[in-house]
Amino acid sequence: MDQRNQFHRQVALMRQSLFDQGYIDEQFVQLEELQDDTNPNFVEEVVTLYYRDSARLIVSIEQALDKSPLDFNKLDSLMHQFKGSSSSIGARKVKAECTQFREYCKAENGEGCMRTFQQMKKEYATLKKRLEAYFQLARQAGPSQAASRPK
Amino acid sequence: MEGSKSSIIEKKFNVLIVDDAPGIRMMHNALLKSFGSNVETQVAENGKVAVDLCNSGKYFDIIFIDKHMPIMDGVQATRKLREMGVASVIVGITSCDTDDEVKPFVEAGLNECFEKPLTREKIKFVFEKFHKDG
Repeated sequence: MDQRNQFHRQVALMRQSLFDQGYIDEQFVQLEELQDDTNPNFVEEVVTLYYRDSARLIVSIEQALDKSPLDFNKLDSLMHQFKGSSSSIGARKVKAECTQFREYCKAENGEGCMRTFQQMKKEYATLKKRLEAYFQLARQAGPSQAASRPK
Repeated sequence: MEGSKSSIIEKKFNVLIVDDAPGIRMMHNALLKSFGSNVETQVAENGKVAVDLCNSGKYFDIIFIDKHMPIMDGVQATRKLREMGVASVIVGITSCDTDDEVKPFVEAGLNECFEKPLTREKIKFVFEKFHKDG
């Protein structure tokens, strides 16, 4: 029982730090609130689908950034879709980079786009690692109390 | 959460979710189902599937539709549905955050348009507004 409580405490701390460090936002809590006994891995499933769907978008953006001259309308459109998916899982830092990228598209600043895209990929990869670790620990800990708003 | 599944809303709603991303469809479906047994849902992966469903005689009280989709996007699908005489409430859900981007979508025939992400509050607003307006 002690070990289980310890696991739950670690899960709670990990979750809180994801919010405190700005990786995820309130939208993540909305997802957690949809998780229940009939859908115990709902959040992990949605996040997994996000990473699967968005990987294709990232490839498309990379291909578009390789072209010369850059088609800023196309880049903006692709990033717009990516931003929508990212905001739907509460990926706060990723979403912020998407917004910045779109500003550079509007300004037709290719260098800015490339720089921001690299930063976005870093945030995207970091979030993936952090969430994978969180879900793995949550599965080990087993079911706990319902979703709570971050402190 | 368990108690809330019986029925938060009184009227029955038949809802169509149109989005090309499976994760988004899954999420929006769960969000809608969280309002209880009075909400029936169906999903479509692009605008053409949505149009074909309506063409086949299916009726939806509310259609939540994404803007950017392959094959037929939300703007084209909304325009087509209105041309067909579909009277459903059509709600656009889009990442677009400027008037220039949203305008063509609205002009295609939306009743309402929200920025992503879709939330319980936005869904509740739609249910209450369009139930009241009949």
